[in-house]
Amino acid sequence: MGQQHNQPGFTDQSLIRNFCIIAHIDHGKSTVADRILQLSGIVPEREMRDRFLDRMDIEQERGITIKSQAVRVPWAFDGTEYTLGMIDTPGHVDFTYEVSRALAACEGAVLLVDATQGIEAQTLSNLYMAIDHDLAIIPVLNKIDLPSAEPDKHAEEIAGLIGCDSSDVLRVSGKTGEGVAELLDRIVTDIPAPKGNPDAPARALIFDSVYDSYRGIVTYIRMVDGELHSREKLHMMGIGMTHDPIEIGVISPDMMPTKALGAGEVGYVITGAKDVSQSKVGDTITSAANPATEPLEGYRDPQPMVYAGLFPIDNAQFPELREALDKLKLNDAALIYEPETSVALGFGFRCGFLGLLHMEIVTERLSREFNLDLISTAPNVPYEVTAEDGSVHRVTNPSEFPDGKIKRIVEPMVAADIITPKEFIGAVMDLCQDHRGQMGTMEYISADRVEMHYRIPLAEIVFDFFDQLKSRTKGYASLDYHEDGEQAADLVKVDILIQGEKVDAFSAIVHRDKAYSYGVMMTKKLRELIPRQQFEIPIQAAIGSRIIARENIRALRKDVLAKCYGGDISRKRKLLEKQKAGKKRMKMLGHVEVPQEAFIAALSTGDAGNDRDTKDKIRAAQKTEG
Amino acid sequence: MFEVYIHVPFCMRRCGYCDFNTYTAIDMGAGASRSNYANMVIREMAIVREWQERHGIAEPTAGTVFFGGGTPTILKAADLVNMLDAVRKTWGIADNAEITTEANPDTVDADYVRELADGGFNRISFGMQSAVPHVLKTLDRTHTPDNVAAGIAAANKAGMRSSVDLIYGAPGESLDDWRTSVNTAIDLGVNHISAYALTVAPNTTMGRRIAAGTLPTPDDDDEATKYEIADSLLSAAGLEWYEISNWARSGYESRHNLGYWRNVDWAGLGPGAHSHYNAAPPAHVPVPPDGRCLIGGGNTEATSGLRSWDIAHPHLWGTAINEGRIPWAGSESITAEENLEETIMLGLRIREGLEITQFGGAITETTWRELEHDGLVTIEHHRAVPTLRGRLLNDTIITKLLETLG
Repeated sequence: MGQQHNQPGFTDQSLIRNFCIIAHIDHGKSTVADRILQLSGIVPEREMRDRFLDRMDIEQERGITIKSQAVRVPWAFDGTEYTLGMIDTPGHVDFTYEVSRALAACEGAVLLVDATQGIEAQTLSNLYMAIDHDLAIIPVLNKIDLPSAEPDKHAEEIAGLIGCDSSDVLRVSGKTGEGVAELLDRIVTDIPAPKGNPDAPARALIFDSVYDSYRGIVTYIRMVDGELHSREKLHMMGIGMTHDPIEIGVISPDMMPTKALGAGEVGYVITGAKDVSQSKVGDTITSAANPATEPLEGYRDPQPMVYAGLFPIDNAQFPELREALDKLKLNDAALIYEPETSVALGFGFRCGFLGLLHMEIVTERLSREFNLDLISTAPNVPYEVTAEDGSVHRVTNPSEFPDGKIKRIVEPMVAADIITPKEFIGAVMDLCQDHRGQMGTMEYISADRVEMHYRIPLAEIVFDFFDQLKSRTKGYASLDYHEDGEQAADLVKVDILIQGEKVDAFSAIVHRDKAYSYGVMMTKKLRELIPRQQFEIPIQAAIGSRIIARENIRALRKDVLAKCYGGDISRKRKLLEKQKAGKKRMKMLGHVEVPQEAFIAALSTGDAGNDRDTKDKIRAAQKTEG
Repeated sequence: MFEVYIHVPFCMRRCGYCDFNTYTAIDMGAGASRSNYANMVIREMAIVREWQERHGIAEPTAGTVFFGGGTPTILKAADLVNMLDAVRKTWGIADNAEITTEANPDTVDADYVRELADGGFNRISFGMQSAVPHVLKTLDRTHTPDNVAAGIAAANKAGMRSSVDLIYGAPGESLDDWRTSVNTAIDLGVNHISAYALTVAPNTTMGRRIAAGTLPTPDDDDEATKYEIADSLLSAAGLEWYEISNWARSGYESRHNLGYWRNVDWAGLGPGAHSHYNAAPPAHVPVPPDGRCLIGGGNTEATSGLRSWDIAHPHLWGTAINEGRIPWAGSESITAEENLEETIMLGLRIREGLEITQFGGAITETTWRELEHDGLVTIEHHRAVPTLRGRLLNDTIITKLLETLG
């Protein structure tokens, strides 16, 4: 495409189409997006690289899009140039709140489904969300070039879900580009133009805000009414602050400053604000000179669902960890943290995350972008604990669990939707039952796939549920979940004691039925991980003062080098110096030296617990309980 | 105190557990053949002596000379005697010097022993290893227990002191096998016995077999039990421990080896042999013309000594000597701090213990009390002496002290 006709700030709303793409991870959204950029001509062929829109390294490597982006794409249809605003959305369940933000900035959504896989649970829930937002839906099957594609079957499935005709389902290949031009035509014809009032005072919705080390805070906006100009003071209606804009512009596909943004357009603002709290997602931007009276409808702040402690392996790195978290927070409003002190791990932060993937991404960014070596404790969910004296405690950390008798513990629940081929119904039911799930309804979404609904404690999901679901269904099942209130449960706190001393980092709040297996597995793991020392070391698991599992690390009897003659001295000294350096990475728990690696390994989830000895010990522990 | 060690890097065959610097070839080239070996060592003595003089290192006459291997007795007795004579000519030998050779029971007979004694040798150390045939087989040893008795009888007759070496912890050795070996050694009537836990290096035949799972891994607990058995049987027989792996009747300790643990000066000759000098300022560290010499540390702090090691491969070692170079593969300056570390790690191996006042306040009274409380050492007359438990957990003590030193 040659010179673009529609200039930012001067594009009539009737020529604008704003859309997002709803897709499951790996269903090829980024590839299709790349193809769209290429076809529109805004990315020259030679600069095209895979996944152009995924900026961060981690995104590229993991193939997931963490932060949404908004790209302005020209497309000619029937001799007229249209301006498409493509808003990227993350596909993972942890990032549902970001999806809902993106949806609010669009009039339509492309529902992209892998023609070899069919629709997945998370996509379905995002689709329902899009329908709730009254978006026009364009159903598309991707990867039709693959021999294993079953477009007819999955077209039926989609048609059944959104109530269209299966012939309305587009068939494309992001890889070959087949059908992508037709998709762009359909975006023009099917998605309504924005219907803001261009003559009203300016109102723009902030749908994302990111920190860029060169530019500072970049705020993504969707203009709803009126116009914003590059030299106009901006007013944030929610937080009540006024800024001088440094730059306003559009992304096409790089940041391009413009003089103005008009109603219906998607673009960005840079205000020089140093902190994302001054540029709050969901807030409304208006002109300070000619302000709107009513803000747009905003978003609800996401609530952390999973908590874990993050500790620098080298405690001297604590200030760096604080700085790094402060920086991450700038473009990750969902991340919360407060300082925490652990006897075993030293100084660190208790962090709240949206989910496990969010936690993984944060820890990975901390280590990669900030060079921090971290230990994270096992993730847990927030509990409401009522002690016998009636006092109520919100427990986001097992160490806050009140001592003494407990009257009642309430844990967060989720409604989980699982889509699976019907042959795995039994396996999924077993898995959910093992995880204290209560079965709801079950519907066939096609002849051979069902959607199952469960109510499950969140704590059961955050540990290894998803991995197990994948392994028990050969990777076919998909999961989506959302908060679904709270429920009282028979939970206990299991402590781990090394030589009689409680190690806070290993305490866990678990269901009474699982307490024994946690205790047995943890004590066994630690027995393997802690090297023998000059005294016997008992390792125990306890509920309150009652020991439920016990292992012993036998005393070390011999570490002497048999021969140390003239030719051995130098090597021996160097070996000892190395050991001495290694000891600096040891944590002293009372008199016991525990290697840092033991903490890391013990806290990492593994496939432990399937051997016979573990099973016998769990059974024995349960028996003594009676 | 000055000692001379001469390494003889030849063996008839390599034992499966052995990772010493030794070769079964008869001629390694560059003059490093079995028949010419003594000449090469004698030439090395001259080069080393010249280096010492050039650097102002004045050593007293040698208090001990020790031939180790390999198998020194694979050479002709006359070769060993010639080398000893050369030591006498180069450095002088003290009147009451201890002159030892290691011996493979297979390679010596009465005439051989006689010739050594006539040449000035007064101590012989036999590699007995075990008295149990299946253990000897596992260790690839070819001698029978009878060879050892014959060798000792010959040594006695020639007026030489003798010692035997034992190895415990070989795969398949039972506790009773080990008792048999210790008792047999005691019954040989020797006044000195060394007992070593089998140490398996990964690059040996045995190491590979263990890694492959065809031989069981030696077990530290089994070795600890065997150590305790040895200590109790030997001390009951009147042989007291004077170093972790060495027991002797009073007056029969190996003075040469005590020198290592007391950190004295010694010249090591032959491929791979280490030398140690307490007073050698770093400026005196030579860099051989081929630049192969690695100067340790690169530090400028006060140094407290020098350690060097000869080129390990006999061919390259011989080449250096032929070119008139000191045949060192490398050397390191030992800083005062490193010297302290070595003093700790060596002093805690021996019965005479570690003089504790030398550390001043660097190691506190509390640290010593803790070690005593843990049953690892006893403190007698300002010396820390490891207990039986402390001998087995020697590294635990050393690491704790090094940590305290910071």
